[in-house]
Amino acid sequence: MNRMSWFNAVSLTLGFAFLYIPMVILVIFSFNESKLVTVWAGFSTKWYGELLENEAFLNAAWVTIKVAVFSSTMATVLGTIAAYVLVRGGRFMGRTLFSGMIYAPLVMPEVITGLSLLLLFIGIGLDRGVFTIVLAHTTFAMCYVSVVVSSRLVTFDRSLEEAALDLGCSPAEAFRLVTLPIIAPAVISGWLLAFTLSLDDLVIASFTSGPSATTLPIKIFSAVRLGVSPEINALSTIMISIVTVGVITASLVTKHQVARQKREEQAAERA
Amino acid sequence: MIHFQNVTKRYGEFTAIDNLTIDIYEREFYALLGPSGCGKTTLMRMLAGFETPTEGKIFLAGQDIAPVPPNKRAVNMMFQSYALFPHLSIWENIAFGLKREKMPKHDINDRVEEMLRLTRLEKFARRKPHQISGGQRQRVALARSLAKHPKLLLLDEPLGALDKKLRQDTQFELMDIQEKTGTTFVIVTHDQEEAMTVASRVAVMDHGKIIQVSTPDRIYENPNSVYVADFIGDVNLIEGTAKLNGSDSYAMSWHEGHAPLSIKSPNAFSDGQKCHLAIRPEKVAISADQPAEADNAVQGRILDIAYLGNISTYHVELPTGAVIKAQTANTRRIARRAFTWEDTVWLSWTATAGVLLAD
Amino acid sequence: MRRFVLIAIPYVWLLALFLVPFAIVLKIALSDAAVARPPYFPQFDWAEGIAAFIAELDFENFVWLTEDDLYWKAYLSSLKIAVISTFFTLLAGYPIAYGMARAPEEWRPTLMMLVILPFWTSFLIRVYAWMGILSNEGFLNQFLMWIGVISEPLTILNTNSAVYIGIVYTYLPFMILPVYSALERLDGSLIEAAEDLGCSRLTAFWLVTIPLSKTGIIAGSFLVFIPVLGEFVIPSLLGGSDTLMIGKVLWEEFFSNRDWPVASAVAVVLLLLLVIPIVLFQRNQQKQQEAE
Ligand SMILES: Nc1ncnc2c1ncn2[C@@H]1O[C@H](COP(=O)(O)OP(=O)(O)OP(=O)(O)O)[C@@H](O)[C@H]1O
Ligand SMILES: [Mg+2]
Repeated sequence: MNRMSWFNAVSLTLGFAFLYIPMVILVIFSFNESKLVTVWAGFSTKWYGELLENEAFLNAAWVTIKVAVFSSTMATVLGTIAAYVLVRGGRFMGRTLFSGMIYAPLVMPEVITGLSLLLLFIGIGLDRGVFTIVLAHTTFAMCYVSVVVSSRLVTFDRSLEEAALDLGCSPAEAFRLVTLPIIAPAVISGWLLAFTLSLDDLVIASFTSGPSATTLPIKIFSAVRLGVSPEINALSTIMISIVTVGVITASLVTKHQVARQKREEQAAERA
Repeated sequence: MIHFQNVTKRYGEFTAIDNLTIDIYEREFYALLGPSGCGKTTLMRMLAGFETPTEGKIFLAGQDIAPVPPNKRAVNMMFQSYALFPHLSIWENIAFGLKREKMPKHDINDRVEEMLRLTRLEKFARRKPHQISGGQRQRVALARSLAKHPKLLLLDEPLGALDKKLRQDTQFELMDIQEKTGTTFVIVTHDQEEAMTVASRVAVMDHGKIIQVSTPDRIYENPNSVYVADFIGDVNLIEGTAKLNGSDSYAMSWHEGHAPLSIKSPNAFSDGQKCHLAIRPEKVAISADQPAEADNAVQGRILDIAYLGNISTYHVELPTGAVIKAQTANTRRIARRAFTWEDTVWLSWTATAGVLLAD
Repeated sequence: MRRFVLIAIPYVWLLALFLVPFAIVLKIALSDAAVARPPYFPQFDWAEGIAAFIAELDFENFVWLTEDDLYWKAYLSSLKIAVISTFFTLLAGYPIAYGMARAPEEWRPTLMMLVILPFWTSFLIRVYAWMGILSNEGFLNQFLMWIGVISEPLTILNTNSAVYIGIVYTYLPFMILPVYSALERLDGSLIEAAEDLGCSRLTAFWLVTIPLSKTGIIAGSFLVFIPVLGEFVIPSLLGGSDTLMIGKVLWEEFFSNRDWPVASAVAVVLLLLLVIPIVLFQRNQQKQQEAE
């Protein structure tokens, strides 16, 4: 269909306006001079300055990034293994339970996951802090990773692995040299997903963090509870920009790769 | 070189390979032929080490290979789907197995170049698998599996994806390579013509069992069963009962009111035993008048003519209702064909033209 | 051996950090609250043995949940909010998905990216954005007063309406994506055929498009409904003190009242509530896979 109907154009415009206007307002008012977030009083970047001097926020950001890096990396390793076991492991005892435990956290309300982990940590006398948040995030993020990776593994031609074995690879080498490079895009997107989930998480982190470790979402939440503040607007703007740049870059890179692959295939057909 | 000893493979209840004993010799081009699902791939995968026999043993050069994992076997397999590594270039694909052997770098270079020359792929060395054509991919797969000098190369329907012309070219290429390298080839194919072309010996399988193993000409001329005769090439089967008539000749009565057929057969039959005469269409002569000196001659009416270019097949209906196929080479232009539909003709063949097979 | 280790690593991890914690929740839900550290009774004691321990457990907390009508109301109002907001999300999401599926082919990847982009940005920030819009001096009221629809600011923030708006906004991508993928596969000639057979545009939409996008609608609805049921952030930021949602109740029971056994019992009931939609969702996904 070349021309969009009037109805479709309107619904798309309204829909995307609904999705984006709140964020645009947020960004605009982060440059507001006034402390009153809803009244425009001239352009200023002073809230960014204040934000950068706010030790508590910077500390929380640092904790959050540490937690996200560690937990997403561990989640990627564990989730990839879990996906491999699910898709390639054949039958083993308790396989149903295993796949249940992979899928259940995806639909489990965060409050329950958080509560149950907290009760565990208290039960075994583990002090709450960065370490417990990392454990908690790893656990629920690995399930997401394993879903992403296993959906790739399902379509993976098994004879490639067999060919590698046939040519003298040990099973571990076959995985490292053949399987992993091919499923790498899925593993990377699994990692990214785990990373953002961890960056984003408020509820589970609130349950599993201790006084020694406050993450950025916890900090934002307690600040926001008291009402709108321009500092938070500035912080949000920074976070939104990072994500936007990241997503746009990623999509441009994929687009470029797809185009190149197409060109190469066409060249091959001509040859 | 390879010896299967009473090998059975079961998947749960299902028996894919049934108590199979075969030998494959050195420098042989061995073709496995059989209908879909008869266990050809299973046999190959047991040789390559991806499946273990449920019962029985497989020996390679006198050694039981059961405890040897696939990566330690001097056996390479060329996969039906080629299984080329999509993230590696053609060059790296071919070098893949050599690198696993920790071969020195320049030796790897030499060997890969040699394989590229052999398969005429020099120009494509830097490309990725998705950047070359199907036929080229197939040659890469072959080069990759040959690069390691395997004692035994397994080819699972290697030419399945190619068109007929490319297929024939590649068949000759395969034979050429096999002669040059002296590797033992085991090839699986659906295509009996292909098996006859390339193989030095052909094994016909059915339901996990080997029915006959022999050279292509013997399989064709001397099938040991109705199944093999029917599976390989075109054949006319006439059912009847045997009666001894001299030392190795039989008179087979096949229909009341018709003279028994006289057949020479090395296989022994008792009087009155049910049997089948299997006779290839090209061994049945067709003529307008009753041939004077034929061991067997029957009269019939032409039902159908299939013109295949170089030959024509006549479907002739006998008064009994049976249809016999006769083939003649088209040495003349079609306009001057001697017979046409509904003509009454005589079919004749010699006593040694067919084989007599038990039920 | 290697296989065993490979299976064991994620298996043991999940057992220890998913299943065991869950068993603990169940156990504490059956315990009594106590002024102690940790604040519940009985504590498990190897010396006394399991039988004695189990004998101490009871369903008191669950009885309590049925007696105090706070919990009843919280469950019911969570269900109500989840159902209504799912419906509104569908209402808002369907036309967008439809417009995307009918948009020119070269636009679709960009539109797709625009839908996914908010998903990658912080949930908390997206909820927060609405606080400035919906407050009494917020942009919505400013705008409405400026165009003269109202003369007095409306109170939206800290009411259930704000919660609905927040849910629709944050969960919209979850609705759009499955519906879009169902609609995109839909063959345009089917609608032309329906029109050719005498349907009006609207009846063709009703009789052909909607039924054929049913799996997408169902999947999207569950993807919104299930997490909304246990939602905590939205009601606590946008809702008022009278906004009752079970996630919020659990949080307060735990952090404010420090009544762990009741919080655990609330969690168990919430999970029971979720079992039905999850099973239905699974069924739908399976059917869809089989259809493909
Ligand atoms: N992993 C398996 N589990 C159960 N049954 C199997 C398995 N692999 C093969 N089979 C069965 O074993 C039989 C033989 O399979 P095999 O793949 O060897 O057939 P094939 O002769 O190679 O057939 P084709 O010519 O179609 O490739 C088939 O009936 C198949 O269904
Ligand atoms: Mg096969």
